[in-house]
Amino acid sequence: MTKEKSNVKSMEGLPKCQTGIRGLDEITDGGLPKGRPSLVCGSAGCGKTLLAMEFLVRGAIQYNEPGVFMSFEESPKELAQNVASLGFDLNDLTARKKMSLDHVRIERSEIEETGEYDLEGLFIRLNHSIDSIGAKRVVLDTIESLYGGLANEGILRAELRRLFRWLKEKGVTAVVTGERGEGTLTRHGLEEYVSDCVILLDNRVEGQITTRRLRVVKYRGSLHGTNEYPFLIDEKGISVLPITSIGLQHDVSNERISSGIPRLDTMLGEKGYYRGSSILISGTAGTGKSSTAASFADAACKRGERCLYFAFEEAPNQIIRNMRSIGIDLEPWIKKGLLEIYAVRPTIYGLEMHLVKMAKLIDEFKPRVVIIDPITNLIAIGSETEVKSMLARLIDFLKAKQITALFTNLSHAGGALEQTEFGISSLMDTWLLLRDIEIGGERNRGLYILKSRGMAHSNQIREFLLTDNGIDLIDVYLGPSGVLTGSARAAVEVQDKISDLMRKEEIELKKRELERQRKAIEGQIAVLRAEFEGKEEEENMLTQKEKLQEETDIEARKEMAHIRKADVSTGNEPTKKGRRNIK
Amino acid sequence: MEDTQIKYTQEEFEEAIAKSGEERYVLRLYITGITPKSTRAILNVKKICEENLKGRYELEVIDIYQQPVLAKDQQIIAAPTLIKKLPLPLRRIIGDMSDKERILVGLDLRPKK
Repeated sequence: MTKEKSNVKSMEGLPKCQTGIRGLDEITDGGLPKGRPSLVCGSAGCGKTLLAMEFLVRGAIQYNEPGVFMSFEESPKELAQNVASLGFDLNDLTARKKMSLDHVRIERSEIEETGEYDLEGLFIRLNHSIDSIGAKRVVLDTIESLYGGLANEGILRAELRRLFRWLKEKGVTAVVTGERGEGTLTRHGLEEYVSDCVILLDNRVEGQITTRRLRVVKYRGSLHGTNEYPFLIDEKGISVLPITSIGLQHDVSNERISSGIPRLDTMLGEKGYYRGSSILISGTAGTGKSSTAASFADAACKRGERCLYFAFEEAPNQIIRNMRSIGIDLEPWIKKGLLEIYAVRPTIYGLEMHLVKMAKLIDEFKPRVVIIDPITNLIAIGSETEVKSMLARLIDFLKAKQITALFTNLSHAGGALEQTEFGISSLMDTWLLLRDIEIGGERNRGLYILKSRGMAHSNQIREFLLTDNGIDLIDVYLGPSGVLTGSARAAVEVQDKISDLMRKEEIELKKRELERQRKAIEGQIAVLRAEFEGKEEEENMLTQKEKLQEETDIEARKEMAHIRKADVSTGNEPTKKGRRNIK
Repeated sequence: MEDTQIKYTQEEFEEAIAKSGEERYVLRLYITGITPKSTRAILNVKKICEENLKGRYELEVIDIYQQPVLAKDQQIIAAPTLIKKLPLPLRRIIGDMSDKERILVGLDLRPKK
């Protein structure tokens, strides 16, 4: 599907006339065939008249193409009243010659048919209306009413055929509406005459929920979307939002944004989520999914980004109150216009309608962060495949706009935790699992990162605490008895502390003992040393004594020799050797 | 009370029938140019009026090609269309006026079968 500029020519060169209706020009690859009649059919109350009217009003206002509305059912007054709620002021447009309303009233009871006739009267009226304002667009709503007023079908058929040919010659882009018949597109086979473009509107009820859908049944000489597209009628007219899986062509961002929980950012490779990624938080009831989502919203608003919060379970005020209890105040953000909480019960619309509504709100609010809390409730209004396809399209839509989306998913207690109901986990870039850890008669919350594409993330389980100041993640106790949380963790930690203390005491004791022993040994060493010193002294004394003795001996001997007048042969004094020899 | 009321209505009814022979007819014939159908219609209407409403009818033939605004104002769809403006109720007789019986019905000169 390609969006193109005004009055686009498609590949075949077929000139197009933009309707100005949101989304319809995309589906039809530029608009309705210019200068030709198109048929809009559908059963009662599916929005034919409104679509036709919007085609004219948008033409008059946006493309400066005046239009003629020929109504066979409602009077101009009724028409003006009906569309006033959409902000279309028909009286003003008529006064400015941008629009001409002609009510063709046919009363069967007034009419008597006498022989041959034609519908030249109608042609003249139409021609006059077109020429008086220079109309480029014409609506005939619902021309089949003629069949109710006139009996001669043969004439009618021929005249309608002539009418459509005439419209083509006139070069106006016409929208002809027709009531849907049994097994045929229109009750009287209008599709036979209007063969260039046929649009079918439908209003189906499935499981007590109505969804309006639009389909281009046929469009000669042009590309067009072939799917059924849901559409919405609201205070701004019709929006057809062709949200199909656009493909995987979106840009990716390397920017990282905080999850609002510092510790979680650390776990996610230190920086948090990728911008434009899709994040799934799953967990059983009461595990803190919404709180995690609110933290993320809060963080986004703190960065000054807009955040759109789709709540399918709680009212905005309830969310605000509940989040305040964990220290997250969302109210200022709402007042500042950064946060919008859109709370609605899933069962209010069909699935497609939700998607259309969401897409519309996203287009209008232009958020950078979208939260959907929770997606699980959508299963109430659609089958598994439908929900999956819807979410896939929503994610594609958001990714294409670089909007970071956070989804919460309630998993059923007892079921496999690492499994989402719709098998959508493969669509997600980051998947956090919140779970209850039941130990010692209490439940505590734990958080894992199951996956996170494109970043090195922690594989650890963290205990998830909801405190007065927001969410805190702390390490769990990992011991020989496994993972412990809550009071069990606290108890074990105390136990650990005690045994730690005791061990320390013991070591201290041993140290003191050793010190004592060392000291004792040192004492002994001192005694021995003293003894040793004593012995040494003794030895010294002995040596001294001996020396003295020796000297005395020598002296004595000298004396003796002197006395004996002994002959000393070598020198005055004898050598030591000699002395020793003497000894 | 009830008797008199019924009496009155009955009287009124008879009076009305007696009057119907005198009522003035205001007729407009809308045609689209001089086509065989238009011509036939004009001739047929004139003939019927002369035969049935001689002296108490007013017939105007209007070409809506010349006055297209009238087509819108008078809610003309088919052509030719004969509108009986008076006496009420308003009736539209469409076609080339070749079915005399139906025209008489349309002009309330014959009861509807």
